[in-house]
Amino acid sequence: MDRIKILLVDDEKEFVTTLAERLELRNMNVSIAMDGEAALALVENDPPQVVILDVMMPGLSGLEVLEKIKAINSRIQVILLTGHGATKDGIRGMQLGAFDYLIKPIDIEELIKKVNEAVKSMV
Amino acid sequence: MALNLRKWFNIRQSLQMLTNLDSSADRYRLLQRNIRILMIVLTIVPLSMMALINYHQYQSSLREEIINPETLLANKTRHSFELFLRERQSLIKSISYFYTYEQLSDKKTLNHILFTLKKEFGGFVDLGLINGADGTQLCYAGPYKLLGKNYAEQGWFQEVMLKGTYISDVFMGYRKFPHIAIAVQRLEQSGRSWIVRTTIDTTMFDNLISAMGLDAESDAFLLNKEGIFQTDSRLYGKVLEKCPLRIPMGGYATYVEERKGPSGRDIFLTYTHFTYPEYTLVIVKPKSTVLKTWYALKSDLFFVFLASSILIVIVVFRLTGIMVSRIKEADQNRELAFRELQHHHKLSSIGRLAAGVAHEINNPLAIINEKAGLIKDIIEYTPEFAQKEKFSTLVGSILQSVSRCRTITHRLLGFAKRMEVEKENLDLNELLEEVLGFLEKEALYRNIDIGLELAKDLPKIDSDRGQLQQVFLNILNNAMAAVEDEGRIFITTWEKDADTIAVSIQDNGCGMSEDTLRHIFEPFFTTKREHGTGLGLSITYGIVKKLGGDIEVNSKENEGTTFKIFLPKKSIV
Repeated sequence: MDRIKILLVDDEKEFVTTLAERLELRNMNVSIAMDGEAALALVENDPPQVVILDVMMPGLSGLEVLEKIKAINSRIQVILLTGHGATKDGIRGMQLGAFDYLIKPIDIEELIKKVNEAVKSMV
Repeated sequence: MALNLRKWFNIRQSLQMLTNLDSSADRYRLLQRNIRILMIVLTIVPLSMMALINYHQYQSSLREEIINPETLLANKTRHSFELFLRERQSLIKSISYFYTYEQLSDKKTLNHILFTLKKEFGGFVDLGLINGADGTQLCYAGPYKLLGKNYAEQGWFQEVMLKGTYISDVFMGYRKFPHIAIAVQRLEQSGRSWIVRTTIDTTMFDNLISAMGLDAESDAFLLNKEGIFQTDSRLYGKVLEKCPLRIPMGGYATYVEERKGPSGRDIFLTYTHFTYPEYTLVIVKPKSTVLKTWYALKSDLFFVFLASSILIVIVVFRLTGIMVSRIKEADQNRELAFRELQHHHKLSSIGRLAAGVAHEINNPLAIINEKAGLIKDIIEYTPEFAQKEKFSTLVGSILQSVSRCRTITHRLLGFAKRMEVEKENLDLNELLEEVLGFLEKEALYRNIDIGLELAKDLPKIDSDRGQLQQVFLNILNNAMAAVEDEGRIFITTWEKDADTIAVSIQDNGCGMSEDTLRHIFEPFFTTKREHGTGLGLSITYGIVKKLGGDIEVNSKENEGTTFKIFLPKKSIV
């Protein structure tokens, strides 16, 4: 089975690098973007299977990035991370085509489960 | 006193009190009193003034109407008396002219004249001829033996010689009968003078008085200038006695006076003086008979005044009562709305703060979580890691702490979310457990046993999570306050019927008296004194009603309280 190709987008460097490392440990192919523009560039050039996207970011917000990703390639699955606890953003995201949303701090096992489900749903 | 009154009636102060948000019972009592006094004064004063003016107007106009007939009667009667006396006087005068001295000296003629006078006029007792020079009775016709009697020294003789005519006061004749004497002087051209004198009984006086037609209570009589009765008085004495009423002499008008009679009763006195002789006719009537119409009118007037006053007072009292209770109600509603708003504002700012804190903490927490997670991963993925067990335990406890922090931030965010009014499909059991989470610590410290009997397949309901949390938090807080340490609170949920689910929260605390129970849902009612706002349960009641539910409470003092809340499964909004 191929390694799942993931794009991790979050403005918090410590968070994003650490989580990337953990996902790599779990045999995933992870690339990183620190903001919306960078993420969209990567989606254009090297499309991932799953994007893990933080909602609260400076510049383009997570929901805006989500819309743009879906516009570029609607097959790419997006899992939102909300730091807010507010389910509102999550629900809004799902209406915009996100696969699901998770509330920070996340449980790694749950994230893996969602990623797997997302990949499965693509087939 | 003046200052005090000003304070009493200070309207501005009363109005200011209204705008204060302080709801002391005193304020409304004071306001009510002031409005009542003001309204009563404003209505009773003009009414009294009207009544007084009417009273005086009626009194003066009625007085005229009462006095006029009295004066008229007095004048008429006086005229009759005067006419009678003048007529008798003229008669005697005529005799002195028609007959000569010689004729009158003849006893036979004198007797004949007396006989004719008696027959035609009545009242004549005797007739005599007196010598003008020496005052000796020359001839006499009548029942007494007066022939030869000398009158030269008597007052009347002097007077008749001076004025030519004389009418005496009433005197008792020899037969003990009241009489008057009339004497007329005749001066012949030859210089000889003689006097004709007659005595008349006063029956005619009595006739004239009885012709006045007075009622039994009233009296009329003649007085001479010394105030001696000339006729019998029904009330004050017999003829020739001294009259106890003092009648002022002099003046020729007719006078009307009100005064107290000798027996102390109020009398109405009318008197008029004769020109000659100097008699006074006095009419006495009791005031009550004269003023009968006036008294009737007065009592009518008084009755109308009294009735209107009572009516005004009743209307003012009732109206003011209603008005002030309306004001009180409006004030309370306004205050309630104000407090609710304040409460809401407070909660929503706490909510915003909580959300901010939760969010700020969440990010570093996420980093800690990932770092610790990575350490754990490294430990697990490295086959020969030194001290693997120890590190695993350490990382595990870090992750556990993160998880605890996450619970706290979630709760804070949940609290913030409660500010937003939203309907959602929710599980009441879950909600109750969530609320109990807030009280766990206190229950633990105080060793309070919280029992749960939650229906397993309780249907979800459409309702507002935040509002319901507030409802249960309020009731549970009250229950916690009511029970002693090591007390017991029991929560049950069940499906009441097809449309309703129910929650009961029972405690074994101090309970409530029936009186407290009656007021429990009223705003600002509190038994916690300085600690309570008196709003908790009234807001709770308001929310439950707003959500289409109902709330019931049973309580017994020293046994405990049970709240039952019924909620509709489908939202009514």
